[in-house]
Amino acid sequence: MIERLSHRQFELLAIALGAALLPHVLRVPLWLALPVVAIVPFWVIARRRGAQPISGWLRLPLALLLLVLIVQHYGNIFGREPGAALATGLLVLKLLETERQRDARFALAFSAFVLMTALLFEQGIGITTLMSMGLVLVLAALISLQPAPLPTAHPLRSLFALGAILLATGIPIALAGFLLIPRLSSPIWGSPGGDNLSRVGLSERMQPGSMTDVLLDDSPAFRVTFDRAPPPKSDLYFRTIIMWDFDGSTWTRGAARMAPQPEIIADASDSFNYTETLEPSQQRWIPALDVPLAAPETTRLDSDRSVVADQPVTQPRQIELRSATRYQLAPTLSPGERARALALPIGFDPRSVALARSWRNSDSRDTPIKDGSVIQSALQLFNASFHYTLSPPLLGRESIDEFLFDTRAGFCEHYSSAFVFLMRAAGIPARVVTGYQGGWWNDSGNYLLIRNSDAHAWAEVWLEGSGWVRVDPTAAVSPDRVELGAASVNDAGAWYQSSWLRSLRNSVDGVSRLWTTTIVQFNALRQRQLFKPFGIEKADQHQLLIALIGILLTLLTAATIWALRQGSPQSGDRLDRVWYTFRRRLSRAGFEQPVQQGPLDYLDRVQASLHEQSKPIESVIRRYVALRYATHEPNAEQIVDLQRSVRNLRLRGLQQGRPARRDRSPARLER
Amino acid sequence: MPKAPLRDRRGGPPTPATLRERLLARAERHLPALTRLRRSESLPILLERRRIYVLPTRFGMGFSVLLFVMLIGALNYSNNPAVLLTCLLGAASWASLFLGFRGLSGLRLMQLRADECLAGDPMKLEMSFATGRPRASLRLSHDDVETPFCLMPGESQPVIAEVATHKRGWLKLGRLRVTTNYPLGLFVVWSWMNPDTAFLVFPKPEQPVPPLPLLSGRMGDVAAQGSEEEFVGLREYRSSDPPRLIAWKASARLDNLLVRESESRAGTALVFDYTLTGVSDREARISRLTAWVLSAEAAGANYTLRLPDASYGPSAGAAQRFACLRALALLPAHD
Repeated sequence: MIERLSHRQFELLAIALGAALLPHVLRVPLWLALPVVAIVPFWVIARRRGAQPISGWLRLPLALLLLVLIVQHYGNIFGREPGAALATGLLVLKLLETERQRDARFALAFSAFVLMTALLFEQGIGITTLMSMGLVLVLAALISLQPAPLPTAHPLRSLFALGAILLATGIPIALAGFLLIPRLSSPIWGSPGGDNLSRVGLSERMQPGSMTDVLLDDSPAFRVTFDRAPPPKSDLYFRTIIMWDFDGSTWTRGAARMAPQPEIIADASDSFNYTETLEPSQQRWIPALDVPLAAPETTRLDSDRSVVADQPVTQPRQIELRSATRYQLAPTLSPGERARALALPIGFDPRSVALARSWRNSDSRDTPIKDGSVIQSALQLFNASFHYTLSPPLLGRESIDEFLFDTRAGFCEHYSSAFVFLMRAAGIPARVVTGYQGGWWNDSGNYLLIRNSDAHAWAEVWLEGSGWVRVDPTAAVSPDRVELGAASVNDAGAWYQSSWLRSLRNSVDGVSRLWTTTIVQFNALRQRQLFKPFGIEKADQHQLLIALIGILLTLLTAATIWALRQGSPQSGDRLDRVWYTFRRRLSRAGFEQPVQQGPLDYLDRVQASLHEQSKPIESVIRRYVALRYATHEPNAEQIVDLQRSVRNLRLRGLQQGRPARRDRSPARLER
Repeated sequence: MPKAPLRDRRGGPPTPATLRERLLARAERHLPALTRLRRSESLPILLERRRIYVLPTRFGMGFSVLLFVMLIGALNYSNNPAVLLTCLLGAASWASLFLGFRGLSGLRLMQLRADECLAGDPMKLEMSFATGRPRASLRLSHDDVETPFCLMPGESQPVIAEVATHKRGWLKLGRLRVTTNYPLGLFVVWSWMNPDTAFLVFPKPEQPVPPLPLLSGRMGDVAAQGSEEEFVGLREYRSSDPPRLIAWKASARLDNLLVRESESRAGTALVFDYTLTGVSDREARISRLTAWVLSAEAAGANYTLRLPDASYGPSAGAAQRFACLRALALLPAHD
């Protein structure tokens, strides 16, 4: 005998399961996502029309097929991605066979697990809130499985309300658990973040057009807080990757580093201390404002003063840095470096080479043209007839030539690449720098938010006497790019990039940052410092567990008291407690009720000393008497009413008269 | 969910089937303190904390394993939001325990009532509870029958449970188990009620109804003569009465159909004698007598029941019927 679930129970179950599946549908491969999206609503309708659950003979082959397909697609079954895909598929299969209460409970527990796994891919406050709402659905569906629910006008609404209340009452314990459950210092299995999570970010290779994806990605890259007023917007250049080598189409960092030591900084001034909070990028490159003065812990400075972390950034991470914005970088250039900074691919872009040489050799042959005026010529060229666009025409083999003489449209990558090429051709050592520029200053949070779309590429040229100097050719074409950011000058702006939406998103980012710094970045280190206010510098795991157990016991006691508050025979029923409160309040105002005095005698006494003022008190006493002695089981609503009147009694005015005090013993009065 | 152990109380309940149930039954017999076999008590019965028990269900234990797996997974990926979500779910399931406990704590069984019932038929038991707050999804189990119910404060709608009857005589309910695994099904909260109320179960009538004893051969004549004899009184109309016996004037006054009753009709009533039933087995006799009483009562005839120790009637009507059935139900099982 199978007791089938009712339509409401089953549909609530399907909704809860659907909520758990939703975040995964966007991630799993299409051959799995499409059936999942189709099956859930289809099955709800089919079941309404009387479809029977699928049999074990069909289920087992389907599960095996799923396993085979996943292994074929991912290569193995372990790890986040294949694991999540498997869980998604199995959950749908479970839905198809669910017909009894037991199956439904199992499916709901499993969907709670699937909800949790969605957070392994994304840790933002938005997705966490969504998943918590998913938990409310799961709890509501579990509650709906109970027989004999209370008769209410809105059964669904009360189910959701109860689920939400349950979850809300769990918050204190959840917080205690969250703070005190000892964190693992090293993972038990796998390498967290080691799976190839496709993250958009800067790449070590730059090719005209390769940055488009990054520039369209609005997710935060990192956030910066400064110890003093931040530098002006035009100085907010975050160097990340420096590229030396060009093969005609692609810029790369190049294999061998020539100098083991970082380039020397002379005359550093205008330095800033700042803290960066990095979002996971799965890369080792750490953006740093202009030129960093030293490498923080677990990172090192590369020879061109870019900061490289020892491990890829897989978790949100905080880093303290110190940078200078006025400086002289590498006052001298070794011959090897010089040669490298002047190298050009042979047989590429002849027209551009000729153009650069013509600047160097123009006019008088006697006085050599200064480097400065060559740079000026290049910037003037860009300024005169180029325009900025995020969707430039495609370029062929002679990419620099085609860009400079034919298409004349592009974005930072095109400009920096062409500019460095021209400089080198004109004999000025130059290199390409990629990183981030600008950002959005959050006034309420006092921090700078830099999104992936703030990625930028510019150039550095080496000048005698000044060292490496930053030149941003894009600024020559589109000064707005530097002032307002990439999206504001993108002519292909869509509705979702409208300014008010952007500013809204930027404000929301404050909350998001708080989430990242308090919740996401909580780790073993910060956990150990939890008890600092109590004098324990570094709490070990035992102390944490003891504290956790202590808090749980306290909460357990509180909950037990709550659960026992009503129905325990010693404390009387609710009406007794209301009466007790009333008596306590009156006795504080001077009317103590002796144990032997019944309520009506008590009333007589109060009336005798208060006369007119006793009206509200009289009403309370009369209603109590009626509820207590005239009915078999007092009506709950009337008790609540009585309780409210007791709470609202105004006894302060009575206190001044203090008629009852006269009854007190004379000795008391004399004192 | 553990089932209520079956106890041999009324002769014929099924014997405990599984090893687990047998062990429980044995434990109850030998270690009453352990399993809290409560002695019967008088109404009202209040469920308070000392007699409410809580254990995780099998689903609850599986769920805690799942929570542990979720926690390890979240910790392994040092993923704090996932840890938070897991803690939240764990805390909510923990809170559900107290909600479940509150469902039972303070519940008061005020009243028990049952309709009359013949042995073998299910007895409809009406239970009135008093509660100060709404309570959802409670379950009452007796033997193997489970009755889900919910309660609202100030509502006197009784909970109706069916109780199997096997034997005539006084039926002691034995232990009633009130259970809930509200709200999430993770914990089972239960308590026992053992009211000392007993219910009378009437004997099972023989089926099919045997022919009435020989004396009833003149039944038709009796009915025919009824009107000619001396008038002795009025009684309520029964569907078997001939319309000519109806006392119209008296009926009109009292808004109730009344019938004239005569001396001879009462005098020539049927006699059901315990020694003259035609069967020898004790229970079979009682069964036959019960069947006769019921059919005579249905026919509206007067009858006399003669038992070894007492005689009832001649008479008819609800009081006579009840007296006879009660006497039959309470006849000792052995001489």
